Amino acid sequence: MHRTKVRVAKDALDANATIAAANRADFDRAHVRVVNLMSAPGAGKTTLLEAVLARGLDGVRAGVLEGDVQGSIDADRLSALHVPVTQLNTDPGFGGECHLDANMVRSALPAIDLGEIDLLVIENVGNLVCPAEFRVGEDARAMVASVAEGEDKPLKYPLMFRTCELVLVNKIDLLPHLDFDLDRFLYNLDSVHPGVEYALVSARTGEGVERFRDWLLRAANDRIAAPRAEPAASRTTEGAPA
Amino acid sequence: MHELSISSAIVDTAVKHADGRRVTLVSLTVGALRQVVPESLEFYFEIVARGTLCEGARLRQTLVPARARCAGCGPWELEPLAVFRCPRCGEAAAEVVSGNELEVESIEVEEEACIAPR
Repeated sequence: MHRTKVRVAKDALDANATIAAANRADFDRAHVRVVNLMSAPGAGKTTLLEAVLARGLDGVRAGVLEGDVQGSIDADRLSALHVPVTQLNTDPGFGGECHLDANMVRSALPAIDLGEIDLLVIENVGNLVCPAEFRVGEDARAMVASVAEGEDKPLKYPLMFRTCELVLVNKIDLLPHLDFDLDRFLYNLDSVHPGVEYALVSARTGEGVERFRDWLLRAANDRIAAPRAEPAASRTTEGAPA
Repeated sequence: MHELSISSAIVDTAVKHADGRRVTLVSLTVGALRQVVPESLEFYFEIVARGTLCEGARLRQTLVPARARCAGCGPWELEPLAVFRCPRCGEAAAEVVSGNELEVESIEVEEEACIAPR
């Protein structure tokens, strides 16, 4: 018996990228645009979605795929707005994973009627690390960072902040009560992801929510310049003039 | 904590390429931008590998430093902070030269399908 070296040279997340591409092809065929919405737990993803869906999307038919480790609290909240909501739990079945991956989203596809929607918002599991690693077949990525989290977060979680096409800075109604340095946050954000689009919002007061709504409409109408390439694994050329 | 799911992906990739043979070594390149904690990855790898062809295999991690490049001024290090604006002129990085890698480079397998003494 002897040992042999076998060359592999494969991205470790190659299998996920393949399934993500299959998901995206299915969405494309159904003419559904897909947004992956991410944040830390409690940053306000669901409340922002509620605020935006309550305003309506100018005839764009939205659906939500709600990712959670357990339960259907968020899905129940959103179904009150009469949009089709599908719950996807990572526990049981997916080992209680702290993020959605392409395979989990694929498993949920039979439960989603792609014919009745134009835009699918996938609300990921609250987490600033893992969801950034796993493309699920989305066209664009948005994240919520609340001012209660501190201005250093872009520097601590660069992978997440770099991977999104939109950063929603939420809970700005709390600014008078916090030591949060907004200028410093925006400086850190720009250091990690130069020129990224952002919006100052408060899901609670409704301030700035219009910006999120406009962005979703642009995403639905295929006007977000998200890279078509799959994950952040390969070398990327960035910041090139459009 | 994404080390757990990354470990599973590594084991799956290695098993696929092992073609039924027992794996003794998995060589991985990890870019600094992937925020992987090597000790944590090793810990989870050992657990996830149990009951697969990778059981007992060693995980060798080659860490790749993160660097970006400015079109005008040249390269800079993205450590300790991942700042993607050129430290000299402030322009956005034209390119991330390295640091995004997360690749199973190679595996070492036992050629004969016999039960190895442990």
